[in-house]
Amino acid sequence: MSNLFGLVLNGLSLGAIYALIALGFVMIFKATHVLNFAHGSVLLLGAYVVGVTNDALGFWPALLLGIVVAALAAVVIDVVIMRRVRAADLGTLAILTLGVDVLMVTELTRRLGTATLTTGAPWGTSTVDVLGSSIPLSRVIAALVTAVVVGVLWALFQFTNWGIAMRAAAADGGTAELMGIRLNRVAASAWGVAGALAAVAGIFLTSFPSPGISPTVGLVALAAIPAWVLGGFDSFPGAVVGGLIIGVVTTLSAGYQGDLTFLGRDLAQVTPYAVMLLVLLIRPSGLFGTKEVARV
Amino acid sequence: MSRPPTTRRVRTLAIIAVVLVALALPLTLRAFWLQSGLFAMAAVISAIGLTLLVGRSGQLSLGHAFFVAIGAYGYCYLAGDPSSPLASGLGLPPVLALLGAVLAAGLAGALFSPISGRLRGIYLGLASLGLVFLGQHILFNAVPLTGGYNGRNAEPFSLFGFSFSDGTPEGLTVLGVQFGGLERLWYLGLLLVGVSWWCARNLVRSRPGRALATIRDSEVAAGVMGVNVPRYKAAAFIVSSMYAALGGVLMALVFGRIVPESFGLTMSVDFLVMIVIGGIGSVGGAVVGAALVTLLPLVLNRYSDLLPLLAQPGSSGISAADLSRIIYGLAIVLILLFAHDGLAGLGRRLGSSFRRNADGPGSPDRPMSDSPTTKELAR
Repeated sequence: MSNLFGLVLNGLSLGAIYALIALGFVMIFKATHVLNFAHGSVLLLGAYVVGVTNDALGFWPALLLGIVVAALAAVVIDVVIMRRVRAADLGTLAILTLGVDVLMVTELTRRLGTATLTTGAPWGTSTVDVLGSSIPLSRVIAALVTAVVVGVLWALFQFTNWGIAMRAAAADGGTAELMGIRLNRVAASAWGVAGALAAVAGIFLTSFPSPGISPTVGLVALAAIPAWVLGGFDSFPGAVVGGLIIGVVTTLSAGYQGDLTFLGRDLAQVTPYAVMLLVLLIRPSGLFGTKEVARV
Repeated sequence: MSRPPTTRRVRTLAIIAVVLVALALPLTLRAFWLQSGLFAMAAVISAIGLTLLVGRSGQLSLGHAFFVAIGAYGYCYLAGDPSSPLASGLGLPPVLALLGAVLAAGLAGALFSPISGRLRGIYLGLASLGLVFLGQHILFNAVPLTGGYNGRNAEPFSLFGFSFSDGTPEGLTVLGVQFGGLERLWYLGLLLVGVSWWCARNLVRSRPGRALATIRDSEVAAGVMGVNVPRYKAAAFIVSSMYAALGGVLMALVFGRIVPESFGLTMSVDFLVMIVIGGIGSVGGAVVGAALVTLLPLVLNRYSDLLPLLAQPGSSGISAADLSRIIYGLAIVLILLFAHDGLAGLGRRLGSSFRRNADGPGSPDRPMSDSPTTKELAR
């Protein structure tokens, strides 16, 4: 029983990281209708910058630099590339980001080589006891940070001009533009925020218990895609709930691996996708997504 | 679609010329080029299936590699030697195994129809992403069937005792050229590509093809006109899965050995890139795109020592593998930035401007039909 409790807690804290990534997916999708395959490499870029600079600058300035660089990279992708093809269809846009992803991952992989950088985060490898189960400190902090980020984002959306512009642009781009909202700026800022979130998630994904910054981290970010789809494409609460569900499912299937050997090894890598398929079968728009309405 | 008679004649002549050259190639090409060409043919067949699905019925799929794997493994299992200790098999004749593998993939596509018939565009794309991961998991773990991590061998293809390998008839020579496995497979590949192309073109111009195009443009309009939308969408998915499987069978035959590693997300993505570079919905575009994406890394790796900028393996700097990834990424970005509708659209525009300038017969290379409005993918 305490085992189950510990696994769920671990899962929720892992899910918090997925939620950060999924929030980025939602934000970019709402603002520009892009399925951003380059999100994983932006995440990797953020982690890479922190890994390279934390010796010289110390962790906190390096973290800030990593977040800024990742945000800038995302903005550059939007302004230089995606802005030119706003009207293209969804498949084309997704493939375009795949191309960007290939470029970024190739270069980052080449730079990383076989060496594994570490983030040098102050929480190190320590763990904390929560009600009798031990959880890595980095994960606890990740969960707290996610909670703060979600709160701040919510407040921004509700109360600031930027948030209102974002919501207006997502609801009806044409009308929003007529009201004087600059769609391109809104889009670029959404990409920037998503990039910053990705960098934060990247730091936690590469902290203990994971081995460090390696090219595969970008692939791990793909695991947030089921979370995003599960919650519904255009729902911020959906991204958070989806992230938590996927996190719990992942740790549970890894934890009970021994009892489920008939389902094969490395089960935890496929259960998120199985859950996603099941949910889509019952609710084609995800848990919280806007239902599609056929208009004649 | 009516064309001026001269255009048609030029087009027919061009097709005949291409076919003749393709038939004669094994007489001159080295093994490396034959093998690369065969890989490209396998990719072409699967890519045609995907372009039918994405471009003609507007369903985005990231799960194509799953169905390619069913074809490849299905063939190996059905044709496999039952007495082999490594992986089980049924020992069917290869022709039956080929048909069986393609049918099995169709069946798998049908099983997916509760999802493929209900979801649209990006939702379907991401749902089918799940298929790839589930499929690879099965491939790694169903060891008796798939050989697990190490994969399994593909039984050589044969027809009426004529083996498409180095086997019987042994020492076959044509015009002084030794015809081994690769040369013989080349003709099998050409035949399969030809049949696939022909079926795809006819499908697109038939009643079901038009029904699919209507679904792509508006599901409501299609429904109002009496098209059974979920059924047609499921059918499109099934046909595309069967194409994928046929390509998979050819791929297994060329490789001779298949491993689960190959059938991952990368392969699905590659297929999507092929059809987008070629121009979504255009069968000709899929052929060109598939050839480009398959051949580029092979050729760059082979000739890396001739390119001065490249570093040798092991030293720092850009290796041939890196360079081919960079060119691949750049090609995607540049083609989509400057030609949204891919190479097929580019060819079409060049062709029409040529026609305007010359005011004569048009380019023989005109793609099979008008560009689809894939806007609907987004809806």
